[in-house]
Amino acid sequence: MTVVPLGIPRRLLEFTLDGERVRGAEGSTILDACRAAGKDIPTLCQGDTLAPKNACRVCVVEVEGSRTLVPACSRKAEPGMEVKTDTERARHSRKIVLELLASSVDMSTTPRVAEWIKEYEAKPDRFGPDAARLNEEPKIDNDLYVRDYDKCILCYKCVDACGDQWQNSFAISVAGRGFDARIAVEHDAPLTDSACVYCGNCIEVCPTGALSFKSEFDMRAAGTWDESQQTETTTVCAYCGVGCNLTLHVQDNEIVKVTSPHDNPVTHGNLCIKGRFGYQHVQNRD
Amino acid sequence: MNADARRTRKRDRTPKTYTRLTHPLVRDSREEPFRQASWEEALDRAARGIERHRGAFGMFSCARATNEMNYVAQKFARVVMGTNNVDSCNRTCHAPSVAGLSAAFGSGGGTSSYEEIEHTDVIVMWGSNARFAHPIFFQHVLKGIRNGARMYAVDPRRTSTAEWAESWLGLNVGTDIPMAHAIGREIIHAGLANVAFIERATSGFEEYKALVEPWTLSLAEKVTGVPAAAIRELAHAYARAERAQLCWTLGITEHHNGTDNVRALINLSLLTGHVGRYGSGLQPLRGQNNVQGGGDMGAIPNRLPGFQDILDPDSRLKFESAWDTVIQPHYGLNLTEMFEAMEEGTLKAVYCIGENPAQSEADSEQAVRRMRQLDFLVVQDIFLTKTAELADVVLPATAGWAETDGTTTNSERRVQRVRRAVTPPGEAREDIDIICELAARLGHEWKYADAEAVWNELRSVSPDHYGMTYERLEEHQGIQWPCPSTDELEPTYLHGRLWEKDPTRRGMSAPFGIVQHDPPVDLTDEEYPIRLTTGRRLDSYNTGVQSGSFASPLRRGEFVELCPEDAERYGVVVGEEVQVTSRRGSVVAPVWIDTALRPGLAFMTMHFPDEVDTNQLTIEANCPIAGTAEFKASAIRIEKLPVATVVTNVR
Repeated sequence: MTVVPLGIPRRLLEFTLDGERVRGAEGSTILDACRAAGKDIPTLCQGDTLAPKNACRVCVVEVEGSRTLVPACSRKAEPGMEVKTDTERARHSRKIVLELLASSVDMSTTPRVAEWIKEYEAKPDRFGPDAARLNEEPKIDNDLYVRDYDKCILCYKCVDACGDQWQNSFAISVAGRGFDARIAVEHDAPLTDSACVYCGNCIEVCPTGALSFKSEFDMRAAGTWDESQQTETTTVCAYCGVGCNLTLHVQDNEIVKVTSPHDNPVTHGNLCIKGRFGYQHVQNRD
Repeated sequence: MNADARRTRKRDRTPKTYTRLTHPLVRDSREEPFRQASWEEALDRAARGIERHRGAFGMFSCARATNEMNYVAQKFARVVMGTNNVDSCNRTCHAPSVAGLSAAFGSGGGTSSYEEIEHTDVIVMWGSNARFAHPIFFQHVLKGIRNGARMYAVDPRRTSTAEWAESWLGLNVGTDIPMAHAIGREIIHAGLANVAFIERATSGFEEYKALVEPWTLSLAEKVTGVPAAAIRELAHAYARAERAQLCWTLGITEHHNGTDNVRALINLSLLTGHVGRYGSGLQPLRGQNNVQGGGDMGAIPNRLPGFQDILDPDSRLKFESAWDTVIQPHYGLNLTEMFEAMEEGTLKAVYCIGENPAQSEADSEQAVRRMRQLDFLVVQDIFLTKTAELADVVLPATAGWAETDGTTTNSERRVQRVRRAVTPPGEAREDIDIICELAARLGHEWKYADAEAVWNELRSVSPDHYGMTYERLEEHQGIQWPCPSTDELEPTYLHGRLWEKDPTRRGMSAPFGIVQHDPPVDLTDEEYPIRLTTGRRLDSYNTGVQSGSFASPLRRGEFVELCPEDAERYGVVVGEEVQVTSRRGSVVAPVWIDTALRPGLAFMTMHFPDEVDTNQLTIEANCPIAGTAEFKASAIRIEKLPVATVVTNVR
């Protein structure tokens, strides 16, 4: 008879964080330790359900003895490590990252970015108006979700969520290389001609709102999107018997968006087309 | 698929969408149209109509609504109406799984948890296109595959689930038992049976051994159409695995001998000891959000809440004293039998909550005809469905998952909280409120402050649920039954007892099911040469009443799907409308070509009954044990229409 696999017991490691001695479980990252200690490190490409991609570099910290700055989201804590999160060098690097991203990409719907730009005194405008990378219209080719690549920071989270980490549909990938790199479906076709199954698990992980519910996109365009007026209630999907947890975002008694808790044992934040978008029947009220 | 082919995917269709019911509707006779009524009037009429037929009453409870609502609904049937005639649409899908599992293990739930499939070695997906029908469960399967598990798909169609398989065993429809028996025989003959487990925890092995002996690999190849080597490979992989999961869906259960099919699969787990351990188990994937919970709550004709047998005097006594009533000491009629009783005139009044049997039953024309024979029908739903259109009184209810508080139970037996997020429209009221109003009019004043009060009453009578307070459900993001203690959690898998050394702790041994092959009732012949099987698509759900309302880019409406060879034989092309005829009915549907099908095999769904009523074709040949109809195997023929009408507005 087999027993439940427990894995090798995890030791607690001791290291120094901004001069204070902290303990973290073996295998945890510097970011985990920072968050446990209540330190606010900005992140964009980091996802709690995804393997670290090290793409945006906004979470860099300084580690004693390391030539370069290290990304907190992926670097594992080691015993005796001396980590400094708030040095001039780390702050300067974050400021440059924010300036480069915010000058080339529309970050108006990226949560918290305005706050960070202020905190790090970043000045994205100094590169002038020509820094914008794409300047193209949002792609609206179906009734469920919109792709606004002017807001894309190339963090690859949607590629990973659509690919082998969760959905395994492989509809999304990177087209082009170098400065021409961009997120696209195969042959850069409309979504409706791709392998997309409209699960919306890419929207769930998108950090900037480049991928969004059409309901949210339309309401933002009409100026009616108001998160302060929204409630979030977690319930269970009404379709098949798997029992996925849905968090319904409701504004004025209308469901406007559906997400799923990332720590839920059934979904890990993922849904299918029915759970994500199949709510309209409830509000066919007249 | 190239872009041109994709563009022809959709035709212009005006899908039927349903608008929410906001007021009670009544009428004096079925010839009249409905008129809006007050709640008072509608409830009085409903109560009078039901009361008139005490003794000839049936309750259709709802596998989509909460546990709390199902508990109150079955209590209404048993206490207010004094009948065990209560059932739900679990009858049309997974009742055979419940019947088969409880015959073998004494409990009708899947034995494993989703997480375990990520840590198993071999996964068998039998008659299940989980990639489409249970996409988030399939993500756990994909994790398992990425962790090194080998997956085998057993399905007549080469589905999108099969695309992930080590090997696809494309058996003929309705030959699951020959396949299972051949696998069993091969395991025995190769010396791979788990002798110690068989001796200790099972009974009837010698009989089983004799039963499967004729099913050699070569005979199985003849009957199932699957090469002997492929069957042998699956047998060896399953038996040699340290841990293995056997999952099935409606491809196993929606047959006239669905329970036998389930028993044949369970036999394989008993033969190899792949049950009752972490990572090894049996997983029937349930089709509705609360089909597991509906049964657990006693909304079935043979069990009281907590899966307690009605024939057991002690169980009855417990409920009789808790409810201050007398419980009929015999099983009630199941959904299938209730429909037969309508025809015979022994069932005259039905209270139907949230079900749409007018479109979901096999041979739907017969189902509608039978419901028209009822003297009184009250339907409680969120839409004016095809079933509600037949009613005398229609009561507007709330959508369980978004407009009420409560719990539902999923395929891994996890009870999870459902919460009210939006306010229901108009005068729509919660199911439990409505049932209690009717109970009051019939002399039973039930007072439930809220859903939690109902839940706590259920906890007091069901030991398996006793430990699940709302507070704990919130804390653990749902708890799996059994949960008898308010302090502890049980293992994630069932039947660990079978591995105990001490016979008293091991309990009842699990009997092998002695089941014979019985081919589908609706035979193919020269007149009806094609085997039609049915199933689900990714973006649609059952009769489409709910899923029809969102604009899925994947949806293309109903087609009859054929393999390229058959399309060529009949000279039909994609989009061409053809006459599809079975021994029961005939429909017109456009053709779609799918290379995942084989010559002689066609596929349709039940998602668009307002466009193409597929269930006019299906056969109401029922499993004698569970009452589930053989949706998966009809015999049809395809005929070109007199003047070929290729749908011109294909875009």
